[in-house]
Amino acid sequence: MNPLERAYRDHWARLLAILTAELRDLDAAEESLQDAFASAVSAWPPLPDNPPAWLLTAARNRAADRRRRNAVAARKLPLLIVDESEQPSDDRLSLIFTCCHPALSMEVRVALTLRCVGGLGTRQIARLFMVSETTMQARITRAKKKISQAGIPYRVPAGPELAARRDGVLAVLYLIFTEGYAAAEGERLIRDEPAAEAIALARMLAGLMPDDDEVAALLALMLLHHARRDARVDAEGRLVTLAEQDRSRWHRDEIREALAIMRPGPPGAYLLQAAIAAEHATAARAEDTDWPAIAQLYALLEALTGSAVVRLNRAVAVAEARGPERGLQLLEGLEERLPRHHLLPAARAELLRRLGRLEEAAAEYTRALALVGTVPEREFLQARRAEL
Amino acid sequence: MKYLLLAVGDERPWAEAGPQERHALYAEWGRFEAMLAERRAHHGGFELAPSPTATTVRKHGGQVLITDGPYAETVEQISGYVVVEAASMEEAVELAGQMPSDVHVREIAG
Amino acid sequence: MKYALLLYSATGAWAEASEQEQAAIMAEHEKFTALLVERGALVGGEALHGPEQGVTLRRSGGDALRTDGPFAETVEHLGGFYIVEAADLDAAIELARACPEEIVEVRPVVESSG
Repeated sequence: MNPLERAYRDHWARLLAILTAELRDLDAAEESLQDAFASAVSAWPPLPDNPPAWLLTAARNRAADRRRRNAVAARKLPLLIVDESEQPSDDRLSLIFTCCHPALSMEVRVALTLRCVGGLGTRQIARLFMVSETTMQARITRAKKKISQAGIPYRVPAGPELAARRDGVLAVLYLIFTEGYAAAEGERLIRDEPAAEAIALARMLAGLMPDDDEVAALLALMLLHHARRDARVDAEGRLVTLAEQDRSRWHRDEIREALAIMRPGPPGAYLLQAAIAAEHATAARAEDTDWPAIAQLYALLEALTGSAVVRLNRAVAVAEARGPERGLQLLEGLEERLPRHHLLPAARAELLRRLGRLEEAAAEYTRALALVGTVPEREFLQARRAEL
Repeated sequence: MKYLLLAVGDERPWAEAGPQERHALYAEWGRFEAMLAERRAHHGGFELAPSPTATTVRKHGGQVLITDGPYAETVEQISGYVVVEAASMEEAVELAGQMPSDVHVREIAG
Repeated sequence: MKYALLLYSATGAWAEASEQEQAAIMAEHEKFTALLVERGALVGGEALHGPEQGVTLRRSGGDALRTDGPFAETVEHLGGFYIVEAADLDAAIELARACPEEIVEVRPVVESSG
């Protein structure tokens, strides 16, 4: 990585956050900082003694130039509301919480977070979410306009608000992560880029909120999932289930890191999910998996979230711990809540197969095939059905 | 009696309008409000920012859901309102006919 | 900043409510208004009669086409509104949460600078 790329990776978010607070204008801050980096392309080498300070000065100068030139033009958008009385904290937190504000739609939060906090280019983000660059640019522009016009404040939420808002941020990061981990459509099942970006963002957040158990848990969860990336598909791109994965292809160092980050705490949603992932990660072989423990964790998670998907996963775990019949019982009636989810009929099919109810299993595989989105998963289901 | 005159309509023409068109429309509004003031019929009003700036808060059974955007994602949106004093709905409608936009008129309660 | 809190309630809910229910609703609004006054946040507001009695004028060329009744085919209709003063959107949303209505649209008011 050349010094400029390194400077970008290390300093983009922090510099943008500082500039946004100073200028009270996210758009102007982003443009000025982008210009500063562009000017560094020709000005460096030699590398300045203090690259971030150089960049910040350059950006401030650009912003001042721009303001002078626009002085005659009418003020376009209202200034950001920045609470000066707030205790000093890392401006990056204000930036993250603003980009993830609940008054912005999820897809907008994702785009804005990747652009402003992640420092990704618009074209890169567009590619990650398979939309055109124009669409993504428009989305980001509209977001900045809403922040300004609606008076979304540039600050870290205080007191009782903080937990709910933090959950909102974690939801955005997890959405970015899962976009890569299990792409909804298309040829490849895993795209590394979104997952790696999400992990980088989660690391940043964990550094900024070191006492927050749920933030740490989300980072651990992502690391544990991502550690299995090279075992999830085989050489031919076919899906390999958890039970059949070659565990020697799991990234043990990443698993160790995740386990070291996890710490006991009140059972939040991410902590429970991380604990489940940790059970899988610490089982030397599939047969060593502590399914009763996992079933119990899923029960807690279901009680906490009421999620139908969690119920589905719990049923699978219960089937492993107490037999397919028990698992099927938990799946009863779930299609009302998950009518378009291919994993539901797929799970039923698997349990029916284990019970020797092959005709019913085939029917369920067929149902699943009608709903499945990715090529590897389709091929997997077809193969399973053919085996019956 | 008081009546609410809601300015409603497609937001796109305004969003796409240039400074001259906007100036002209504001002038029309100025004339409308002056007319109301002259008839001692004006009881306040505001222009609202466009619907993309809206945030909708829904509450149900203890749960609160916050979403980006207006209550309804319809083409017709409220862009502002004026409250007028009028003897009857018919008079309110007559006043509304002079408002430089499409209007929805409702009687104010209480 | 000034915000409009647009209140949307199910059509007919008010008309179908008993006298006691209506009184209770009005009491909640009085409480909310008092809260706004206490915080120096009240700028204005109105309750509206039902949408069935509304009239809509739509311009078409030089003519105005009149329709009687609600102006949109939505499940809920505008039942009233408040105009509030709030430091930022978070404060406005907090007020919307305290407002005794199931659906509240929070929209910034355009404050003319001249």
